[in-house]
Amino acid sequence: MSPANLGLPLTWRRIPERYGLIGSECENCKTNYFPVRKMCPKCRRKGKMREVKFSGKGKVYSYTVIYSPPTGFELDAPYAMGIIELAEGPKLTAQIVDSDPKDVKIGTPVEMIFRKIQEDGYEGLIHYGFKFKVVR
Amino acid sequence: MIGIVGYGVHIPRYRIKAEEIARIWGDEGGADGLGIIEKSVPGMDEDAATLAVEASRNAIRRCGVDPKRINAIFVGSESHPYAVKPTATIVAEAVGSTPHLTAVDMQFACKAGTTAIQCCMGMCSSGMIEYGLGVGTDTSQGRPGDALEYSAGAGAAAFVIGRDKIIAEIEGTCSYTTDTPDFWRRPGMDFPSHGGRFTGEPAYFKHTISASKELMEKLGLKPGDFDYAVFHQPNGKFPLQVAKMLKIDPSKIKQGLLTPLIGNTYSAASLIGLASVLDVAKPGNRILLTSFGSGAGSDSFSIVVTDRILELRGKNRSVFQYIGEKEYLDYGLYVKQRRKLKSL
Repeated sequence: MSPANLGLPLTWRRIPERYGLIGSECENCKTNYFPVRKMCPKCRRKGKMREVKFSGKGKVYSYTVIYSPPTGFELDAPYAMGIIELAEGPKLTAQIVDSDPKDVKIGTPVEMIFRKIQEDGYEGLIHYGFKFKVVR
Repeated sequence: MIGIVGYGVHIPRYRIKAEEIARIWGDEGGADGLGIIEKSVPGMDEDAATLAVEASRNAIRRCGVDPKRINAIFVGSESHPYAVKPTATIVAEAVGSTPHLTAVDMQFACKAGTTAIQCCMGMCSSGMIEYGLGVGTDTSQGRPGDALEYSAGAGAAAFVIGRDKIIAEIEGTCSYTTDTPDFWRRPGMDFPSHGGRFTGEPAYFKHTISASKELMEKLGLKPGDFDYAVFHQPNGKFPLQVAKMLKIDPSKIKQGLLTPLIGNTYSAASLIGLASVLDVAKPGNRILLTSFGSGAGSDSFSIVVTDRILELRGKNRSVFQYIGEKEYLDYGLYVKQRRKLKSL
């Protein structure tokens, strides 16, 4: 396994959350979590977790615009990174793409889209998953 | 009865005008003969797999079929992101149909999407599967300065095929296939090669006309029996010529002729055209769909819309809503976005 492939199992384990927005709900206190949690931090041992698929609808909780991107994202810059508050409650971090930059504001409704997140060079794995776009 | 249960498309947001491409190559009026005004360009983070997933999710959302009941997914494309590793597995996982299904990628230039639908029809008819998903998706490349650069667009269309709750019955299909070397791309090459004018008469026209005529003979139908016709559309002109040759009124192909606005979306081209027709067709309307893939072959279908189409109308964005949401790129941004420079 080449060094670039050391992350394969991690990528593979995250496919359900990255492709399908699979998270957890505590059946005891009805709190939703993303990504999947094994234990409810509120209910502790009384909690009963089950997997749930979130709708992909949400709003911008906060955002920033990246002009100095990390390795692998050079061609994307400038791009918006947002903290998205899902309709079901949990917050997650994601790129906001396919949207007019002036439309990206706190509170703006967004929806999940399926995109290429990163490529391990020209020969390595292509990582896919969720990004968000402004709902017009 | 076998037919379309649900359908969905995805067209990227970016466009480049034909005149902008012509400006770069000093080819004033060069695009006039193609009948293309502008073409779709995929985003930096889009490829044939992401387009296929978006279209498939739209198709499944529209009809409400439980994705676990989709037991076969076939993805037709000539721009699969991996040479080895199926796009169909990515689609299957993303729509939630895994693991109890069969899935495979297909390639036949611009017609693999319609062949995917034929495979779903066969498996549904035989009872092997309950529902099948046939997808045509492409982010095709044209060599800079080549005529193909004006037309090579990006898009995807997905169709859920089944035996119940159908919105359009597929009353018949047939194919016409020969070894015709009109267009190809060798392994490892970034851009395709083609036979110029040879792509017309012995390739596109011969196969499209032959498959369409054979279908009409098989079903005992005349050109006048169709309310709409959709043909593969490598440019804005060829489908109009086919309509004329088949004696089909040009007004019947207008709704499904989208290449002037989004370019040739290859495996998705005739299927996005069909989706556009389904967006407006009335129950009882009969649609002729004939694809063409270089190499070469055509699949022809006769499709009759059912009453159920009215229940599903408006549940998704229409093809023309996708076409209307656009952002223009100049040639520089287009080169970056399509990674046409090796240093990118």
